[in-house]
Amino acid sequence: MDFSVLLEIIPKILSGAKITVYLVVISLLIGFMCAVAVALLRRSRFTWLSASTRLYVFVVRGTPLLIQIFLIYYGLGQFAFIRESPLWIVFKEPFWCAIIAMTANTAAYGSEIIRGGLESIPWGQVQASRAFGMSGFLMFRRIIFPLAIRQALPAYGNEIILMVKASSLASTITVMEMTGIANMIMAETYRPLEAFIVAGSFYLALNFIMTRIVQVIEWQLSANLRAPKATV
Amino acid sequence: MTLPQLHCRVRKRIKGVAVDLLAFGPNGWGDEMCLATLMTLAVSVCAFMLALIIGGIGAAGKLSRHRSVRLVLDLYTTVFRGVPELLIIYLIFFGGSGAVMFLAGIFGYHGYVEISAFASGVSAICLINGAYQTEVVRGAVLAVPKGQIDAARSVGMNKWLLFRRILLPQTLRLALPGLGNCWLSALKETALVSVTGLVEIMRQSHVAAGSSQRPFLFYTVGAGLYLLLTTFSSYGFRSAERWTSRGVRKI
Repeated sequence: MDFSVLLEIIPKILSGAKITVYLVVISLLIGFMCAVAVALLRRSRFTWLSASTRLYVFVVRGTPLLIQIFLIYYGLGQFAFIRESPLWIVFKEPFWCAIIAMTANTAAYGSEIIRGGLESIPWGQVQASRAFGMSGFLMFRRIIFPLAIRQALPAYGNEIILMVKASSLASTITVMEMTGIANMIMAETYRPLEAFIVAGSFYLALNFIMTRIVQVIEWQLSANLRAPKATV
Repeated sequence: MTLPQLHCRVRKRIKGVAVDLLAFGPNGWGDEMCLATLMTLAVSVCAFMLALIIGGIGAAGKLSRHRSVRLVLDLYTTVFRGVPELLIIYLIFFGGSGAVMFLAGIFGYHGYVEISAFASGVSAICLINGAYQTEVVRGAVLAVPKGQIDAARSVGMNKWLLFRRILLPQTLRLALPGLGNCWLSALKETALVSVTGLVEIMRQSHVAAGSSQRPFLFYTVGAGLYLLLTTFSSYGFRSAERWTSRGVRKI
């Protein structure tokens, strides 16, 4: 291993870190909202709604993300009506295709986690909020959602780590994020170990930051479970 | 030509093309896709079995008294669970033959060694999956009630007998759901090995899509094959879980 090469590689890979962070943050934010929606639709009274969301989750969880990315980026271009529609601005860009695939993916996995959170809510909480005369949406906003999120947060932290790792697949459709640049360096300089060490430690650092953020949110959401501050 | 006639013709053409393209034989891609499915299965079965060995040894090491062993294994599971799979596959594919040649050099062999895409894919996935399985098995061992071990000791079982009769069956039962998840992720990770040129489902779909100019069709077929494999195996794991917990009272 050569340390001068290592130092040379660091700024190159760091330049791809921005795109990795964009991919992760955008798809996680949209994906979280979709996950909540999917989890709620799955509990819908209409059979066709809950059945179609179940099918969606089943298909997305049963196939590799790579094939989903390829299906969106290469597959949709097969159809002339998509190439001619205004949506083509989005589907011709590899970056947005990666975002769409990752969002769809995290929405499916996340919905299962949030569903677990929703199912863990004690029925007494619902009864109590009804006794206070809360309507459906108010009850969801004030009681059900915060409780479910707090329950689901540790598992959602794992999902975030998986998404950080999944962002590397965008490199296969020519998005130059950290893995793409590391792969380029490996192929050009034939120094796989150095490129791997630099890119790998950036990913580990990113995962560490993400888990810390989740821990902070968890801490803030569980204020009622902490011992009260001693007041003198 | 009237509009309905045109419509009918177009539909016939699309249908005909899809059937021709997926036919078996020299003109269609059907037999190639089946072979690719076997390759995907071969890679994931080999990797999963090797990872099971890593998982067992790793869990034993993580529960050992020696601090240094625990530290090394903690580093292993953190790195291999925190770094993207694709990066590890690239590292082993590009750097694997260098590492093997270095090791061979120590033993006095100085020729050129090349690792096949199959070997590098299997070793990458087994290293990644082994890290996950280590954690699964460790958790399962810790979940075996302490009283079981005490009881086995008190009836005079020696270490090996205790392991074989008490610890192993119960660990297996508790680890099975986690191992099922590991198998599914190993199966899906094999798609990433396609970047090294190994002809499995993903690679074959890519090749067929490129040569036939119908990417949507072939990626959908590929996704369907993966879905078939994951559905069958999750059904298998579910029945295995039912079988191993046949002696446990259900609530």
